[in-house]
Amino acid sequence: MNETDPIQNPTVEQPLSPWQLFWRRLKQRRFAMVGGVILIVLYLVALFAGFVAPYNYDRLDTNYSFHPPLWPKPAGFHLAIPRYEPGAGSFVYRVVPNDTKPLHFFIRGDEYKLFGLVPATIHLFGTGDEHYPVYLLGTDQFGRDVLSRLLYGSQISLSIGIIGILLSFTFGMIIGGISGYFSGWTDTVIMRLCELIMSIPALYLIISLRATFPPSMSSAQVYAMIIIILSFIGWASMARVIRGMALSLREQQFVLAARSLGQSHLRIIVRHILPNTFSYVIVAATLSVPYYILGEVVLSFLGVGIQEPNASWGNMLTAAQNTEYLRNFPWLLAPGAAIFITVLAFNFLGDGLRDAADTKSL
Amino acid sequence: MNLLEIKNLKMDFGKNADALRAVDGVSLTIGTGETVCLVGESGCGKTVTALSIARLVPTPPANYVGGEILLNGRDVLKMSNGELRSIRGGVVSYVFQEPGASLNPVFRIGNQIKESLKLHRPEKATNDEVIRLLKLVGIPAPESRIKNYPFEMSGGMQQRVMIAMALASEPKLLVADEPTTALDVTIQAQILDLLGELKQRLGMAILLITHNLGIVGDMADRVAVMYAGQIVELSPAKELLRRPLHPYTRALMASVPKLHGTAERLSAIPGNVPRIGNFPPGCRFAPRCPIAKPECSDKIPELVEVEAGRWVRCPFWKTP
Repeated sequence: MNETDPIQNPTVEQPLSPWQLFWRRLKQRRFAMVGGVILIVLYLVALFAGFVAPYNYDRLDTNYSFHPPLWPKPAGFHLAIPRYEPGAGSFVYRVVPNDTKPLHFFIRGDEYKLFGLVPATIHLFGTGDEHYPVYLLGTDQFGRDVLSRLLYGSQISLSIGIIGILLSFTFGMIIGGISGYFSGWTDTVIMRLCELIMSIPALYLIISLRATFPPSMSSAQVYAMIIIILSFIGWASMARVIRGMALSLREQQFVLAARSLGQSHLRIIVRHILPNTFSYVIVAATLSVPYYILGEVVLSFLGVGIQEPNASWGNMLTAAQNTEYLRNFPWLLAPGAAIFITVLAFNFLGDGLRDAADTKSL
Repeated sequence: MNLLEIKNLKMDFGKNADALRAVDGVSLTIGTGETVCLVGESGCGKTVTALSIARLVPTPPANYVGGEILLNGRDVLKMSNGELRSIRGGVVSYVFQEPGASLNPVFRIGNQIKESLKLHRPEKATNDEVIRLLKLVGIPAPESRIKNYPFEMSGGMQQRVMIAMALASEPKLLVADEPTTALDVTIQAQILDLLGELKQRLGMAILLITHNLGIVGDMADRVAVMYAGQIVELSPAKELLRRPLHPYTRALMASVPKLHGTAERLSAIPGNVPRIGNFPPGCRFAPRCPIAKPECSDKIPELVEVEAGRWVRCPFWKTP
């Protein structure tokens, strides 16, 4: 027999996998790609916050409270950092003419720990002279660099979204899967519990849950507490949707086929039901991350979240509660802008993912 | 000992006053390596009977009220969940009607077959064994096919994959529930040939559910004809096709289109299958039966062996 006979030996061309098709459709959505790139940059910067930030988040410079943002000016082949000195009146600064220092890159500065482990002193930029500070976004009332605090704060604010989603969606999917797959009284009990949690306004629930934890905790404990509180509230809505999908998926013939092969209930839920909900879950997760970021902001803003001197976007905004401050020192709102950009980027990406995951819209 | 012995199986949907009897006193045996066809119109209880063999009908709503199902001599209705899981696939495997719906759309077919192997023959859960199985069911270029997703295959290929999955656990009994209904005619013939060939090679028994009398002659050793939850005729296949005894079987045979002859209209059985819970008194076929007599509505006739190996649920089967 002829080896190259196409009927006897057909060459099967490898078609695109669902993921490849998904990626191809996603690439066509420009807003989603922009959102995705912004998020990648934000998370990379958060990961290397110690390196990118010119100072430590708790470095005080009491001579320079409410220092205005300064911008380096090009001077020859380098960027020049102007020097400010206190002027007439409190928190009024003026530029010292013709007194600049060149901006250096990869310069030695405050000691920090990269990834919280590796001690390092090299920073992305700085002047190397403490009389010429680089306060790109100004300072707060204690003279702490707003940009550095923003970067350190992003570590907390951005990671809470991801970890919170992982936690609440894992629970939501498993509990919703069990609820929908078994239905009957299991379903009734779980769903009434979900409704109970969802019926309480989230803010009251957050505050009262906060009250169940001791008032003074280390920052790591507070961090874990915030994630637990937000996940505790978040799993219910996920479980409800997954339960609905599981209810319809359990009637699918491939579930019967899996049972007819002798697979256990748990394995059918995990291997056959839940993977079929992934296209929804990925979209929902992306669109829900902002709620977790905002949840942290709310808690910290109310003073029950991340505590000073640790920085988070929420507790940095606490300083912006004072209208007097806001009028005179608008740069304190920088974390608000960061939140705005992050939330918008997540929503753009989520919308694009939804369009790409929806196979009916080609 | 027979591989499968269903004795007087009675199953309701619902409980007490709302109970609807879907299977009413079905008895059926299948010997090792035997092929039995279960024939009947839609809604007559074929599929629930077949699913009951591995107790796959969810309870509730289903409710077994009587009888036993002996698989290898052990009553399936009394088994624990663990035992049930080991016989599902291990002793009896299923192939369903819609091959596209029976495969999980989000997994590659190689992984799905491997899953069946992991459950019942974990030592054989390798790509090589998957390729061997795909070759066995006649899939060309199996090495590259194992990476395919179900939607990348045709219906016939999907059904072959389902058969490979069912065979992976080396069952003694393969239950094929209308395996060709969703496929076009040429593919139907291929799948049936494949089943027949596999049966010869692997020596397993087949319970083939169909509403197509045309495939009975090629495949079956024996045929059970079901009507409204009961078996009305049980007979060796060749004799049944040559000379159907029960009026319902005769009517079914008459409604199969013939290539030769001059009939202008296809003959159809008048009326509809009675709804579950709304069965007529006495013989359930009586309202549609061309030879019905008044006494047919008095009581349900017994399934009686009228000739060697031929069982009929009609006292008037001799009436032409």
